[in-house]
Amino acid sequence: MATIKIDGKQFEVDPTDNLLKVALSKGFDLPYFCWHPELHSVGACRQCAVKQYKNEDDTQGQIVMACMTPASDGGCFSIEDKEASDFRAQVIEWLMINHPHDCPVCEEGGECHLQDMTLMTGHTRRRYRGPKRTHRNQELGPFINHEMNRCIACYRCVRYYRDYADGDDLRVLGSHSNVYFGREADGAFNSEFSGNLVEVCPTGVFTDKTLGAHYNRKWDMQNAPGICTHCSLGCNTSPGSRQGILKRIQNRYHGEINHYFLCDRGRFGAGFVNREDRPRQPLVRADNGVLEPQDMDVMLASLKSVLAEAKGLVGIGSPRASLEDNFALRHLVGADNFHNGMSGPESHASLAALALLQEHAGRLPTLRDVESCDAVFVLGEDVTQFAPRLALSLRQAVRNEHHVLAEAANIPKWHARAVRDEGQHFYSPLFMAVPAATRLDDVATELFHLRPARIAELGFAVAAILDDAAPMPANIDEQTRTHAETIANALKTAKKPLVVAGTSLGSEAVLTAAGNVMRALESVHDDAGLFVTLNEANSLGMAMMSDRDVDHAFEAITSRRADTLIVMQNDLYERAQHGKVDAAIKAAKNLIVLDHSMTATIAKADYVLPAGSFAEADGTLVNNEGRAQRFFQVFIPEAPLQEGWRWCADLNRAIGKPVDWYGMDDLIDAIEAACPQFAGIKTAAPSTSFRKAGMRFPRSPHRYSGRTALYANVDVRERRPEVDVDSALAYSMEGYHGSDQPPALMAYAWAPGWDSNQAAITRFQDEVGGHLKGGDPGTRLLKVDANVPDYAPAEPKLVEGWQAIPRYHIFGSESQSAKAPAIQQRMPRAWFTLNEAGAKALGLAAADTLRLTIDGEIHALPVTIDPSLPDKTIGVPVGAHGLMGVRLPAAVSP
Amino acid sequence: MLSVLRTIWMTLMHTFRKRETVLYPEEKPYLPPRYRGRIVLTRDPDGAERCVACNLCSVACPVDCISVVKAEDESGRWYPETFRINFSRCIYCGYCEEACPTYAIQLTPDFEMGEFDRQNMVYEKSDLTISGVGKRPGYNFYRVAGMAVGGKDKGEAENEAAPIDVKTLLP
Repeated sequence: MATIKIDGKQFEVDPTDNLLKVALSKGFDLPYFCWHPELHSVGACRQCAVKQYKNEDDTQGQIVMACMTPASDGGCFSIEDKEASDFRAQVIEWLMINHPHDCPVCEEGGECHLQDMTLMTGHTRRRYRGPKRTHRNQELGPFINHEMNRCIACYRCVRYYRDYADGDDLRVLGSHSNVYFGREADGAFNSEFSGNLVEVCPTGVFTDKTLGAHYNRKWDMQNAPGICTHCSLGCNTSPGSRQGILKRIQNRYHGEINHYFLCDRGRFGAGFVNREDRPRQPLVRADNGVLEPQDMDVMLASLKSVLAEAKGLVGIGSPRASLEDNFALRHLVGADNFHNGMSGPESHASLAALALLQEHAGRLPTLRDVESCDAVFVLGEDVTQFAPRLALSLRQAVRNEHHVLAEAANIPKWHARAVRDEGQHFYSPLFMAVPAATRLDDVATELFHLRPARIAELGFAVAAILDDAAPMPANIDEQTRTHAETIANALKTAKKPLVVAGTSLGSEAVLTAAGNVMRALESVHDDAGLFVTLNEANSLGMAMMSDRDVDHAFEAITSRRADTLIVMQNDLYERAQHGKVDAAIKAAKNLIVLDHSMTATIAKADYVLPAGSFAEADGTLVNNEGRAQRFFQVFIPEAPLQEGWRWCADLNRAIGKPVDWYGMDDLIDAIEAACPQFAGIKTAAPSTSFRKAGMRFPRSPHRYSGRTALYANVDVRERRPEVDVDSALAYSMEGYHGSDQPPALMAYAWAPGWDSNQAAITRFQDEVGGHLKGGDPGTRLLKVDANVPDYAPAEPKLVEGWQAIPRYHIFGSESQSAKAPAIQQRMPRAWFTLNEAGAKALGLAAADTLRLTIDGEIHALPVTIDPSLPDKTIGVPVGAHGLMGVRLPAAVSP
Repeated sequence: MLSVLRTIWMTLMHTFRKRETVLYPEEKPYLPPRYRGRIVLTRDPDGAERCVACNLCSVACPVDCISVVKAEDESGRWYPETFRINFSRCIYCGYCEEACPTYAIQLTPDFEMGEFDRQNMVYEKSDLTISGVGKRPGYNFYRVAGMAVGGKDKGEAENEAAPIDVKTLLP
């Protein structure tokens, strides 16, 4: 700890930090542009100038840049000093010389870091009267809008895009004062993390195009603390809405998961909420076979008789729905008749993942911890496509070598340019055993393109080399052994090794192998970590709730043990072969579907109840590390659309089953009572009755406008404010807002003088870039188990002939985001992929059509060559852009 | 006693003075152009609507009686799809006019807005828009702003240099 003085006040600070970070952490208002907590300092913009004094007697001092000055012991600084503040005002006047007169028509207005900084420095009148420099814009695809005139050349965008996210198609073009930040030609950004440019850019050069299509200002948004539902990582988001329309998804800081950044699927994938074709009324299939709207009461009455006459109920839950919705269905149909909504292989893999996570519950690093791991072994996961945000964290993990080298050269960790120069092309080891090329290959130390079983074999071999007690797979070839030795050595010598595995390949053997590697690492290492990725937002929660998959449900229906099928927010055609689903639906007397989006299952349903999406419901999701996180209703939808669990409660009451859940609190209590494995989800967020200073917590900023005019065309008398019976949040701008509000109930980030999302959050962190004050939200459900089981036998079950394996894509493989218009524009074409030898053997050229029989169903797609695939392996695109309901990996005979 | 008589006398004398009140509505008082009465939306000198739907008026409004919804035409020009003022809530403070960066919203000397039905006090964009420039002749926001909109390309606004050629190496 060092002691420094800022404006006469004494502070205890970390001497390895720079002064800017320290000053912001201590609550000073010090303007900056090029610095960012994750991008660190380059000292380019000259905006954070302060006075530094030699000692307390020095009255002269000198101007230094706070971001480039270490907060070393005995330092004496002044922010308020006249010379320093004049200097800052002058700098911003320069930066503003060419800034266009655009604020009223700029999407950034109202949450603009540049606006904040001009105000903070007092530069409120333009003196310059000369001509302004102008630029032409580029068309950057469906996600991002480009308005280059507004650029102040802080270089944050390229530092984020190139240096942090390792993108290569955003560049600084041109020379001297003509610099231009853009691509070489029009077109969408290649990086899967380009959406963060919207928040990283301190002004309106890069703005959210999906927001621009139905724009309103930040101060007019009604937000809620959200959890991203588009993969298993559980990144925290802040969805914003107005007048019942979901406007955008913004990052919500979580110190242990996503911190400042989201992936593009999470940011732009919520458009499905606003779709016109969503079911918004109860629908019933009329005699002519068409789904027709039905009155809510009539519907409940007819469902009452349907349920009363049913021979047996079968409930299918969903890994993309909340615990609450699933539990409510489970209560309706009975625990024995409830199914977790995953396909057989998906369910088995998720259960294997759950077992693995429970075995190593004490060694599960958070997504943030991943960034500090210095050797990574990925088994089977194409993380960029499957759990995208993890790829960004792994990119930081490989740069740990830079920090090691920098530390040896006495370079402070925040000195971004120097650290980078010192690190050059030296990266921490990242080994990836994956079926084919991935988007993370550019930072990988070594790649092993193998089939699932061979990946498992390699994993078992690594474990056996790390620990002699671990079993070595039989008949292992020399090459695999060499590879395993390389990996084992790297993991052994690392300070903080990490094993990444998951359910994407649908292979339990890979997860078992990862378990063996982890156990072997634990025997030689105290700081080894295991990171497991799953298919969907609540896959782990569903694995914890039920081990019965959809196959069991279909079996119950087709064997006539039950005749009524109730499906909660699930599309059965994504979960099983279409023939099998058709047969089950045909066998069922009644199919009742509760969902928020139009699906193939709804097209076959007899009764449809419109359930709320994540924006219209509260709920709890369990992410890949077993963290239960609560998301909250963003806006109240027009009746009769309501939460899935409320429909279930209505149905329960209709058939005379007692339920005493009238709000979320009751329901969560019921879950904890009925399912002890979920004990603790109550603490994921404060209860409905929680108040601070007697107040609820606002969903909207205090400047929320238009309240007495918004609906005045309908009725001039103002509507009664909506009351939230499910949470301590308020549908209002009134309530308690301050840095000491509980982080789980923070709907938006704003602080006096700090309007932009990424800068305002500083006021809510224990230190800049650290944890949220009051602790990062969420409750980790997995408890450390003292019983360390034995090594699993090394039996990878190698497959000889042709094999079809799943290939994922960030845009398309997740079904909800695949319904968002912006994402749909970025979905790739569907191809079967195979290597040259394979194509030759089958007599196929690129773009020829391949007919492939998987599980008795024929699928025809054009072929493309991917030289990275192993021999006799066919990559099958899974998701909305490709095939749905295929069970992979599968042996095929093309 | 004397003072009472004096008071009665003075009151009597007022009967013969010139009247200060006028016989409204037959006779109307002069109100200066900057009087804060009924709100209008003006047009720019080219006849296009001035409002760019920036929402600054609605956020400045202390009684939250203005609601604006932004839309964009095919040339990128922002305009209000909805512009609604609930005059039954308006307090005629003029903050909206002060906040307006384009001089679109202006208060006029018309104050005769009495209605029997409160619902009639809700004015939509078509009720608010006038066909003139109001108190601010000459100003056209999009001639000053840097965004390219229909009829004005990059570099064609007031005080703008031609767009940069990023491929040139010349100083």
